[in-house]
Amino acid sequence: MQIFSTLDAIACPLGLANVDTDQLIPARFMSRSRAEGYGGFLLHDLRFTSDGGARGFILDDPRYSGAKIIVARRNFGTGSSREAAVYALADFGIRCVVAPSFGDIFAANAVKNGVLPATVSEADAEKLIASLGSGTPKMSVDLRAQEIRVAGDAIAFNIDPVRRLQLLNGWDDLDLTLRHEVEIAAYRDRHKFDSPWSWPNQS
Amino acid sequence: MTALRTLFDKVWDAHVIVTREDGESLLWVDRHFVHEGSHHAFRQLDAKARGVAEPDLTFGVADHYVPTRNRPMIADATIADMVRRLSDNAQRHGIKLFGLGDPLQGIVHVVGPELGLTLPGLLIVCGDSHTSTHGALGAFAFGIGASEVAHVLMTQTLWQRKPRRLRIDITGTLAPHVTAKDLALHVIATIGADGARGHAIEYAGAAIESLSIEGRLTLCNMSIEAGARCAMVAPDETTFAYLRGRPFAPEGAAFDTAVAAWRELASDHGAAYDRKLAFDGTAIAPTVTWGTSPEQAAAITANVPVPGDRSDAATTTDALGYMGLAPGMPLQSIAIDRVFIGSCTNARIEDLRAAAAVLTGRKSRVPGLVSPGSSTVKRQAESEGLDSIFTAAGLTWADAGCSMCVAMNGDLAQPGERCASTTNRNFRGRQGQGARTHLMSPAMVAAAAVAGHLVDIRDLPPVEH
Repeated sequence: MQIFSTLDAIACPLGLANVDTDQLIPARFMSRSRAEGYGGFLLHDLRFTSDGGARGFILDDPRYSGAKIIVARRNFGTGSSREAAVYALADFGIRCVVAPSFGDIFAANAVKNGVLPATVSEADAEKLIASLGSGTPKMSVDLRAQEIRVAGDAIAFNIDPVRRLQLLNGWDDLDLTLRHEVEIAAYRDRHKFDSPWSWPNQS
Repeated sequence: MTALRTLFDKVWDAHVIVTREDGESLLWVDRHFVHEGSHHAFRQLDAKARGVAEPDLTFGVADHYVPTRNRPMIADATIADMVRRLSDNAQRHGIKLFGLGDPLQGIVHVVGPELGLTLPGLLIVCGDSHTSTHGALGAFAFGIGASEVAHVLMTQTLWQRKPRRLRIDITGTLAPHVTAKDLALHVIATIGADGARGHAIEYAGAAIESLSIEGRLTLCNMSIEAGARCAMVAPDETTFAYLRGRPFAPEGAAFDTAVAAWRELASDHGAAYDRKLAFDGTAIAPTVTWGTSPEQAAAITANVPVPGDRSDAATTTDALGYMGLAPGMPLQSIAIDRVFIGSCTNARIEDLRAAAAVLTGRKSRVPGLVSPGSSTVKRQAESEGLDSIFTAAGLTWADAGCSMCVAMNGDLAQPGERCASTTNRNFRGRQGQGARTHLMSPAMVAAAAVAGHLVDIRDLPPVEH
């Protein structure tokens, strides 16, 4: 897993609430192999018309070219569990999304792909969106300090402490799980004895 | 004295293998459902050269990409490839598959309960957010991403932090023509699309107790649209009666033993919740969405909101722009172009009966598709003659799959088209690029089909003889 500690990058103020994973990657692209790269599908239908013309969406504004950070309004990544939404962000180059709240499944998926979901207050999100829209769209994110710095301001952000450590250390869940193989096997035996009905009736 | 526990606490506790100092618990997974979209996860297995830990607890269902017409032909090569990839992965790993052509095929969240694979007290996961559906039977069920699917395939376990517990009481009795769908939309409109984020919901109260299993499945299904981690209803006599005799449920004495264990799952009287909400069930009206998030919903008697009247004016303006609606217009004046009756939310037999009851002796003014939730539901509906009612009304009767709920299989609405739909998401482009979706109950979709516009089913003129 990709490690995340600090990031200094261009940040794009998306300014939308409820950016669902269907917006992040429309379903019709999900049969593609990841090897092709999903970056071109990111927010596709907000960025492009049905004949491929650019809509002039903010992410394509030259001012935000090369953005690695997105700042959005509440409930970012709501909806479908599709991890492809995070693949699209990651393949586009986004390493951090800042928002007042995230879809639960999206936030879990993001961390597993080295993308930081940084939660800030509604007021701070509004402040960031305003400042990125007018000033220099540069931002720095310090995961160790849990702090965002922009235009001389420091803003604290929240992240689940376990997810923070996973991102800082690049820990893979499977490695952590395999340390418990003995406990898993013991649990399985006990569970089958206590709750035999929980195995499907295959007769 | 043992601590008082909620339904959620009991199911959680029974699945904890270890809890780390940091509060994350490794949980055992009783059922894992995979579908065509799980191909990313299977590729992760291959990359790590690992197999499936518990193939007997893993079930494959072809639903997201399968065509709903002219089976078993698949016209689109990419879609055919997705369906074949699932078959290949299932075969390679020894996973039982309800694939295209299987008489038990259907939407995973319809098939699980109807086959008795879903049981009270189980921990169930699937790489699909609507896995919350299965909680209707008293299971702890939730959607996961591809990396987590791969982890479950490899270990039959998952790391989780215990969510907070939210109890939602629905008091009283739902009025005639008010269904679990209306209840769900009403709750989401009130608490927001992230209103239950980080919470395990337990639904309780008189209105929930009198809901059928189908209704409870609809309600728990929609709970992800409130951002909930999962939703549950305590198993009761309705649950046990529903499960008895289902193919994969315990049989005979084993069933009675299981029922005895399931009875113990109900929340202890006085158990603590992190949060409690209550709604008056009698006050809920048939509800429809007007925007591009399920929280943008209102009673059918209301008007489209005026952005300036709301705290989220910019978001509302945005949604109305996409939906092509004028602020303040009556919801009932919104003309529709097509209807869809289907999905894991509302395509069980009871849903089809409700829609057919409205369409009996009536014609739809718009084209539409009816896709039963499973092949089993399809056979049942045909044995009751429901298919003839739909086709006589002018709608297309199709095979089972996710179909126009996710528009991956070729079933979709055209750009700018407005669809009254029994599905769960009115997101932009969800039913096709540029398509506009209004969510509502099956009976309300049928009523809209008859009227040609959104309409209050309670005002539908009687059939002329």
